[in-house]
Amino acid sequence: MSIDTAPTVSATALDATSGAVTRRDILHRLLMTLGPILAALVIAGCILLAVGVDPLAYYGYVLEKGLFSPLGIQQTLTRMAPLLFLAAGLIVAFRAGMWNLGGDGQFLLGAVTAAASAPVFVQIMPAWLALTCSFLIAMVVAMIWSLVPALLRAYQGVNEIITTLMMTFLGTSLANVLVKLAFRDPATTVPQTRTLPVEDRLPRLFETTITSGLLLGLAAIIIVHLVMTRTAFGLKLRIVGANPRAAVHSGLGVPGLTVAVFAISAGLAGLAGAVDIIGVQGNVRADWNPAYGLAVIPAVFLARMNGFAAIGFVFLLSVLSIGGESAARRLGVPNHFTLVLVSIVLIVLALAEYFDHRYNQSRRA
Amino acid sequence: MSGFSSSSVDRRDIVALEGVTKRFPGIVANDSVDLSIRPGEVHVLLGENGAGKSTLIGMLSGLQQPDEGRILVDGKPTPITSPRLALALGIGTVFQHMMLVPTLTVAENLLLGGPWWQRPRTEELAARVAEITSTLSITVKLHAKVSELSLGEQQQVEILRAMLRNSRLLILDESTSMLTPKGIDELGALMRRLVEQGLAIVFITHKLKEAAAFGDRISVLKLGRKVGEIPPERLRALGEQEIVSEIVELMFGKQKDDPEAVERPVRTARAGAAPLLQVEDLTVAPTDNAPGLSSISFDIRPGEILGIAGIDGNGQKQLAEALAGQRIATCGSVRLDGAAIETLSVGERRRRGLRYLTDDRLGEGTVGTFPVSMNFFLKQVGAAPFWRNGVEQRAEIDKRAAQLVREYDVRTPSLKTPVARLSGGNIQKVLLARELAEGAKVVIFNKPTYGLDLANTLASRQRIRDTAARGLAVLLISTDLEELLGMCDRIAVIANGALVGTVENADDARTKVGRLMIGLAA
Ligand SMILES: Nc1ncnc2c1ncn2[C@@H]1O[C@H](COP(=O)(O)OP(=O)(O)OP(=O)(O)O)[C@@H](O)[C@H]1O
Ligand SMILES: [Mg+2]
Repeated sequence: MSIDTAPTVSATALDATSGAVTRRDILHRLLMTLGPILAALVIAGCILLAVGVDPLAYYGYVLEKGLFSPLGIQQTLTRMAPLLFLAAGLIVAFRAGMWNLGGDGQFLLGAVTAAASAPVFVQIMPAWLALTCSFLIAMVVAMIWSLVPALLRAYQGVNEIITTLMMTFLGTSLANVLVKLAFRDPATTVPQTRTLPVEDRLPRLFETTITSGLLLGLAAIIIVHLVMTRTAFGLKLRIVGANPRAAVHSGLGVPGLTVAVFAISAGLAGLAGAVDIIGVQGNVRADWNPAYGLAVIPAVFLARMNGFAAIGFVFLLSVLSIGGESAARRLGVPNHFTLVLVSIVLIVLALAEYFDHRYNQSRRA
Repeated sequence: MSGFSSSSVDRRDIVALEGVTKRFPGIVANDSVDLSIRPGEVHVLLGENGAGKSTLIGMLSGLQQPDEGRILVDGKPTPITSPRLALALGIGTVFQHMMLVPTLTVAENLLLGGPWWQRPRTEELAARVAEITSTLSITVKLHAKVSELSLGEQQQVEILRAMLRNSRLLILDESTSMLTPKGIDELGALMRRLVEQGLAIVFITHKLKEAAAFGDRISVLKLGRKVGEIPPERLRALGEQEIVSEIVELMFGKQKDDPEAVERPVRTARAGAAPLLQVEDLTVAPTDNAPGLSSISFDIRPGEILGIAGIDGNGQKQLAEALAGQRIATCGSVRLDGAAIETLSVGERRRRGLRYLTDDRLGEGTVGTFPVSMNFFLKQVGAAPFWRNGVEQRAEIDKRAAQLVREYDVRTPSLKTPVARLSGGNIQKVLLARELAEGAKVVIFNKPTYGLDLANTLASRQRIRDTAARGLAVLLISTDLEELLGMCDRIAVIANGALVGTVENADDARTKVGRLMIGLAA
């Protein structure tokens, strides 16, 4: 080799500059997230005005009932428990590039199995073991429910968006049927499962009404975050998500990983159902479907599938939904207005992203 | 802006760059570059990997905006703010990395970008394509899905697409890297015809002989700066050898007569040893538009380099993928070191020592959004010492990655840079580093030096020779006959998915391989 190459740019010397850029990036990110949220609040406020509701009163009410009143904040934190599990499941799926939109079906089936099994188990074994068993059963049932979309996607390449959505319709109906026919509590007139006595449910935190399920939810999402970012398994899933062809080329067992992703994601959704029943509700009434699964999706997107950011957005969502429920009762704004609000946030966010991109493109022109 | 002397702008320029600077985090990709592009001229842009050639092209085609300086079109300062505007200005570009939509057919890709309210004019397209392909003497399968085509065929589609747009300025970024010598000559002749019609062409290549043969004007970039230009008068006055050595001096600061003419060291493959790789009757079913493989058989002994010559798209990709386990073979056996591996998974074959360097570096070779450091270990996820009990060991990964970056001269601002941000040649170095690392027994190289600059090409060829010298079996797939002649012990020729002949790489190998390639008996 008689030809010299110019000296290599030192790999480390330039790291400092990229560090500085990262901080500016974070600031930019923050602005790009909070700005659209504020704009969305204004737009939603205009809609409220149009239907004759004072937006300030509405927002004030939401904040008071969801955040500032002692009872409200406790309800908000309690609500977070199932939402965190659902968010954790979505993070796994989305990072692996799989759109598990069947969270609600998986959630309800988990809830129903937990509701059916827990009251039985507490009579024959110690409470902690009974609850653990119920959690496990709920998880396994939800996992099995995800098997059809998982296998179809893994081995036939069938789009999972459609299959998971269809399975969620089936799952909701099946959950209903189970409540009405199989697990119905004979002692009540309204169709519902047997009720888990309050003293057998998950303990509350300290002197509050906050369920300890919150801690389980936090643990779940943090574990998921760490697994996805720090472990070989998480990296494999991210490779499948970022470039499936590279995954095949690198020798990863893509079909197996696909099934695993669905199982984990659905399992977490099932646990979400269980934690809501065993921690809070105590039973499942027929036709009960809080549709948390769909509501959590925007929060996970806003968090860009980052577990810690997702905790923040799930908290916001919780405030909105608890406050929104109270405001609905007081001001006559339908309960679903919170969903309208969330969707406006998403649309504004997408627009902001688009214009930011255009601006970057033409800035120096 | 008083620094711009009007003398640098010639009225004959279609497009001129004045003091154009482009910075990326941690790197100045272009440093006040002046360039004048004239009708009737093939302007060759040369430079090492990462010198900033593609970045310059990106600004001409509206993908990126200069940080400083300006671009003049027909003498008027014109910001080229979008690819659409570039096309409207008559600037057509064939990019280094494929820009076709893989799920669409070739025809659909060619029709993209037309007004949305009009029905695509398919018949008109077919007629124009027929016209252009006949002058180019290439064949394009209009109804094939792009994902079924080899990279070389895709490159031809890209050239065709730029030609269809009636560009005044045609930019070709490493468009010859996948063509056979004959295809390159034809492209050269075509460029000559086009500039005679008054077009301007910017032509990027790493092959100095092409630069000397096709160029009217040569500019050389180095670390983002333009370090020299050879104007037409001077080019005409010099012979090919003088031009090449002048370029080498501009690029590398040292002189050497013909840098590519390396002696093939006389290396006797261990004749007695049992073959490391035995392939027998390997058959892959053809798809509608891609050839299959029809009972391919060959052996490679330890220390031997077997070359596969042939026009791109004749089953090279299928062969490599079937061996690596990425493609299902309908029958046949593959033995590695005596053990049958044809039923094993991709990962298991790799663990047994089979390595496959893909030619599709962005499509499947790397995960573009992942940092450079992680891309070195894509095929080792979970392995010690980079992962312990499944947990990532950042420090180990970075240490080894930094080592590989140094060893393979990967020019990257940092280890954290997403690999897709690197220049084409530097991505290739990442792949090479990954496949040549420890534990290999048999290595399949698919166009290993494609996109590498001269120095890196030579270094990589030497690495491949060293690999063989360590007693590994090497399968070298290339469209570059010189490369095969310079490195292989034997050369097999592939045509339409079958090996049509194998020749010993002796003195008359060139003619024999050439005859096999055009369908005659050796
Ligand atoms: N989008 C980008 N972001 C950050 N850095 C970039 C980007 N594009 C290019 N670079 C950097 O700019 C430098 C010049 O890259 P460029 O692609 O222009 O090189 P090149 O001359 O085309 O090389 P090659 O012959 O390998 O294709 C490289 O160091 C590359 O890492
Ligand atoms: Mg380039």
